[in-house]
Amino acid sequence: MKTTTKITSVIALGIMAVAFVPARTGLEIAIAAEKSDNGWGNSTNKLTMTLTNRNGQKTTRQMHGYSMEVDGDGDKSITVFDTPVDVKGTASMTFTHKVGDDDQWLYLPAISRVKRISSSNKSGPFMGSEFAFEDLSSSEVEKFTYKYILDEQLNGVLCHKIERFPLSKSSGYKRNIVWFNKENYRVEKIEFYDRKDALLKTLTYSEYRQFLSKYWRAGVMKMVNHQNGKETLLVFSEIKFNVGLTDDDFTQNALKRAR
Amino acid sequence: MNGRLFLISGLLSILLLFSIEVLSQDSLAKPKPKLIKEVSGNFRGDYRYFPDKALYPDQQEQYFSMVFQPEIYLEWNKGKQILKYTGFARIDQYDNRSTHADVRELYFQFVLKKWELSFGAKNLYWGVTESNHLVDIINQGDALEGFGLNAKLGQPMIHFSWSPKWGTIDLIAMTYFREMRFPGKHGRLRPPFDIDYSNTTYESDMEEYNPDLAIRWSHALGPFDLGLSHFYGTSRLPIFTTSDGQTFSPHYELINQTGFDVQAATGPMLWKGEIIRRESKRKLILALVVGGEFTFSNVLRKGIDIGIIAEYNYDDRGLESINALDDDFFFGMRFAFNDRQSTDMIGGLIVDRNNGTLRYFAKASRRIGNSWKFSLEASRLDNINDQEFLYLIRNDSFVQISLAKFF
Repeated sequence: MKTTTKITSVIALGIMAVAFVPARTGLEIAIAAEKSDNGWGNSTNKLTMTLTNRNGQKTTRQMHGYSMEVDGDGDKSITVFDTPVDVKGTASMTFTHKVGDDDQWLYLPAISRVKRISSSNKSGPFMGSEFAFEDLSSSEVEKFTYKYILDEQLNGVLCHKIERFPLSKSSGYKRNIVWFNKENYRVEKIEFYDRKDALLKTLTYSEYRQFLSKYWRAGVMKMVNHQNGKETLLVFSEIKFNVGLTDDDFTQNALKRAR
Repeated sequence: MNGRLFLISGLLSILLLFSIEVLSQDSLAKPKPKLIKEVSGNFRGDYRYFPDKALYPDQQEQYFSMVFQPEIYLEWNKGKQILKYTGFARIDQYDNRSTHADVRELYFQFVLKKWELSFGAKNLYWGVTESNHLVDIINQGDALEGFGLNAKLGQPMIHFSWSPKWGTIDLIAMTYFREMRFPGKHGRLRPPFDIDYSNTTYESDMEEYNPDLAIRWSHALGPFDLGLSHFYGTSRLPIFTTSDGQTFSPHYELINQTGFDVQAATGPMLWKGEIIRRESKRKLILALVVGGEFTFSNVLRKGIDIGIIAEYNYDDRGLESINALDDDFFFGMRFAFNDRQSTDMIGGLIVDRNNGTLRYFAKASRRIGNSWKFSLEASRLDNINDQEFLYLIRNDSFVQISLAKFF
């Protein structure tokens, strides 16, 4: 009788242990991270981008963005350029898809024309920065395969360290190493390895703030290119959620009006 | 500037101010609407050099000109009401016709979720291809700004646009027609004869006040962009008539034009096509342009995008078509350096399949500092067949250097 109880409790403990073991495979971690960010709805923000070259010379760009979560697919977003003044009012609209190429359009106010742009360009630089287009588009789980490495401390924060491999042939990377905060699944750091598997860039996230008591957004993203010595700093401000954006705000007409 | 247009713009402005008054009273109950006001624009200096000997007396070898393009944008009531003005003015060193001003845009827009309603002068662009803009018909081309008619005059209109799930429907009523104007006797890139605008004739009894109407359905469906449009009204392109062989008068026919444009993105390839059917009392014409653009992105991991463009143009107007794209191939190459100065280059050539007429062009631009832009442009005409309209400007190859200051 006693033995049986003992055995039962051991089994029960075992089951509990299994239930409380955190996600272990890389894919599970990526899914958990995506899940933790589900339901954010729609938001707007302002963005200052500072480019620093090898000699320390700085150039600043300003833009602002609108984005919306889409059920069962990738996000919709619009980015409007505010400076430099010659591109003021130029706006890009992206419909991210979980599978296949994204849809992307560019509005050029000087010729009042909306042009579709080929979105297979993932590895090219965004506005002369160290960010590639693929670094800025929403990283849908389906766009990579994953491998769990280990849990480790990163600047005093316990993280899941995983490797992910882009599925797209047009990606500029062989692999990325991503550190997810173990507690809330926000991304703390990404290392990008080029096609020859040499370390190309490191992206660190900081000044995180929580919105709607659930969603974490970094206030600062810093990309360092180890191969050319250049840096790009993104500083986000005026992040707002629940701003009432709908599909109607992501049409070509809306893109022309975007300010 | 056209006096009557100026008057219309003025009346429109008064009307707009009145409607702002009414609308703002309407929204008094709500929190005070926040007004967003933006003033921007640019000044530009152009220097143009024509290496070939002028064909007609009074034409010069080199020209300086200054361009001013201001823009004022007002938005209130959370973007539901918009007032936009875009002006244009050029002062040319020699040609007083090329010295001209235009209201490119001056409209009031009312926006509500799925629809927009605008009153005033607008610039609407339709179409997808690079070498020819067949479907694009709403705005008159500004022939004083170049033979390619890429610059457009503001078109007064009432424009309703509705975007349900299945695309966008545009309904446009155009209230006043704008004539095409060509450079005067001191300018290059013009026909040899005098054009008498005071004797312009119209097929419509209402002349330039004929209400032109247009409807368009357009839709972005996954990787496809589709557009189907119909226009009824005064043709944007003139026909020249003469009684003495010296002085020519423009004549504008009434036309029905149906257009279809399609674009498909498959990976790095963009497929493009436009086709029109235009019918006037005089004749029925068909024209099309088909082709595509392939982009090699981030070439050699240097961040440079290189686009290769190829298009074929057919127009059964044949040699009568003003842009002479009657049976022509276009090949082009585009470079985007994606650097912090946004350096861009495009070059191309158009070759006539029948008579070997050749046109080359190249353009490049680069930002200097934060608010200046330097650009280069070259255009060359070669082996021009004497049956083509281009024969009249066969010696007008040029190079141009421009410097613009944005604010």
